[in-house]
Amino acid sequence: MRIALFLTCVNDTMFPGTGKAVVKLLRRLGHTVVFPEEQTCCGQMHLNSGYRRECEPLVRSFAATFAGFDAVVVPSASCAGMIRELHPEVVPGLAAPPVHELTELLVDVLGVEDVGAYFPHTVTYHPTCHSLRMLGLGDRPTRLLRAVRGLELLELPGAEECCGFGGTFAMKNAGVSAAMGADKAANVRRTGAAVLAAADNSCLVHLGGGLSRDGAPVRVMHLAEILASTEEDPA
Amino acid sequence: MSGERTDVVWLGSPAFPKAAEKALADDRLRGNLRNATTTIRGKRARVVGERPDWAELRDAGAAIKDATLADLAGHLERLEAEVTAAGGTVHWARDAAEANRIVTGLVKATGETEVVKVKSMATQEIGLNEALAAEGVTAHETDLAELIVQLADDRPSHILVPAIHRNRAEIRELFARQVPGAPADLTDDPAALAEVARRYLRERFLAARVAISGANFMVAETGTLVVLESEGNGRMCLTLPETLISVVGIEKTIPTWRDLEVFLQLLPRSSTGERMNPYTTVWTGVTPGDGPQDFHLVLLDNGRTEALADEIGRSALRCIRCSACLNVCPVYERTGGHAYGSVYPGPIGAILTPQLRPDEEVSASLPFASSLCGACYEVCPVKIDIPRALIHLREKAVDAKRGHPSAERAAMKLAAWTLGNPRRLSAAQNVASLTARLPLGRPSRTWPGRRRIKRLPGPGRAWSRTRDVPSPPPQSFRRWWREEGEEQ
Repeated sequence: MRIALFLTCVNDTMFPGTGKAVVKLLRRLGHTVVFPEEQTCCGQMHLNSGYRRECEPLVRSFAATFAGFDAVVVPSASCAGMIRELHPEVVPGLAAPPVHELTELLVDVLGVEDVGAYFPHTVTYHPTCHSLRMLGLGDRPTRLLRAVRGLELLELPGAEECCGFGGTFAMKNAGVSAAMGADKAANVRRTGAAVLAAADNSCLVHLGGGLSRDGAPVRVMHLAEILASTEEDPA
Repeated sequence: MSGERTDVVWLGSPAFPKAAEKALADDRLRGNLRNATTTIRGKRARVVGERPDWAELRDAGAAIKDATLADLAGHLERLEAEVTAAGGTVHWARDAAEANRIVTGLVKATGETEVVKVKSMATQEIGLNEALAAEGVTAHETDLAELIVQLADDRPSHILVPAIHRNRAEIRELFARQVPGAPADLTDDPAALAEVARRYLRERFLAARVAISGANFMVAETGTLVVLESEGNGRMCLTLPETLISVVGIEKTIPTWRDLEVFLQLLPRSSTGERMNPYTTVWTGVTPGDGPQDFHLVLLDNGRTEALADEIGRSALRCIRCSACLNVCPVYERTGGHAYGSVYPGPIGAILTPQLRPDEEVSASLPFASSLCGACYEVCPVKIDIPRALIHLREKAVDAKRGHPSAERAAMKLAAWTLGNPRRLSAAQNVASLTARLPLGRPSRTWPGRRRIKRLPGPGRAWSRTRDVPSPPPQSFRRWWREEGEEQ
């Protein structure tokens, strides 16, 4: 299958490893990945911060860039949610390509749960709010993780509660955001897991930022990087 | 803390982030809130889980409210006609001042200087107790939690559990100090505390000749008012006095008893986590020889028709004040209700207050007091899409200040410009990757291969006060793709 990658501006700029992992994973599964270079940003930050006017051109440009593809994969639950749920509201009537968050693509479209990954570490999974409530990813991510050889999945207490990132919320209400993050980080540490995984690097940059500041021995990783990991080429 | 305020909003309420600081620093408050909200959350989830038709009930609740709001004027006229036919008197109040004037006038006409009150959000919204006090009338709150708030000269911090921020040790101390006749050896046993309140309130009920209430629902087809409560104190207020004055927001109207059936299932399960609330009192006008013989209904607008005119904002008027959204809100759990600066705290307050009182300082910050996690929408019994309404109100807040330069606006414009074109984005990424070569800090354990940035400049400081940032990668994805990714 020929799959277009919409990486998101945050991943492109700050977490290229996540993009490389998606490419590696999908190629390993026998698919062709293309990266339309006109892509930039889905406009989520602008829309959620009240800057709808500034968001509109980004929505149009996304639609123009990805028009005609049979499948678009997005390794970010919140950006996938933005595109699927909110783009039609921001600019009604735009032709919308089929957009899938990574675990949706794997489980629903490609029909795989065991992606042939190897990752011999303890992992706890944080189901981000947009994964959980906007996209309804359900147990797709954990089904994928459980099928990874060597991986031990540890249950995160209070998993369904928001980590406190919330885009510009993290700056505008920094105190509340940090308090929410600290509680989530405490739950992460309680699991004793070596790795915290999620389907969104934006939540992970917030949680990881707090864990890093506290010197916690926890690595944060996008799900894609774990699923891409193999014995020959470990993450 | 004092009870002083403008209507809806507490006087001089600062912007939300500032007001939240105090609560965040108060460990006892956060402990009280966590315990209380966790308990109610669990109870709600259990009783909602019992209903296989919960999704359909929510759909029905939302649809009934929307249909009613679409012809609110018609339903209100029907309600007025029926209440009048049943021997009641209907008054229309455009705003808080008018409502207070009407109620104060009615109380003074009875010659009484004391009234009992059943807990009501609408009378809190208009600041009725303060208005009555200014005219020499003392209002006694009879809901236990509301009494606690009143005795402490405090503010309510929750819609359903106004004293949620207090634990029983604090309440014991308050009762021992404030309630006449409280035993000297009063313990913090809940039964003992309830007994003190019961004795105190019984005297108020027996002496009162005027009561003031709100209502959960008004059934237009028969002119019937409905109050749901747990303690029975409301029932006392609604049946014992000679005069009953009910102040009710116009959006509380529902067309028929068939509609009421839906809400009587939705409300108790969503609010207290009970299958059915202990007391449901319904009354229609005046019944000769039984209950209050003089009944007045004050229909309150106070900003509601403006909210009704807003296509997205009007969904807030579906609210049945169950407070499920407060109990699941991670922001509310950490700040409590006072930070919202209004009688309507939590997620529903964040979309209601700015619409009812758009000009107050706190109103501009409330739509931003959310991480948009969506937990509120998930539990709302009338399916108010609170995150969507928040985004809409954020737009209104941003658009209202267009033309006034600010650091945030400049940053947003710059981001939009950069992201508006892949070549500009690429150039920005190349600048960022240059900084990756600077000695920025110790290697990161969180992000192997990156370094820890511990301090960001400018507005980034709010971030880096508590959170590290990984140093930028040496190369963006798009550069990697062009140089080696695509050819693989």
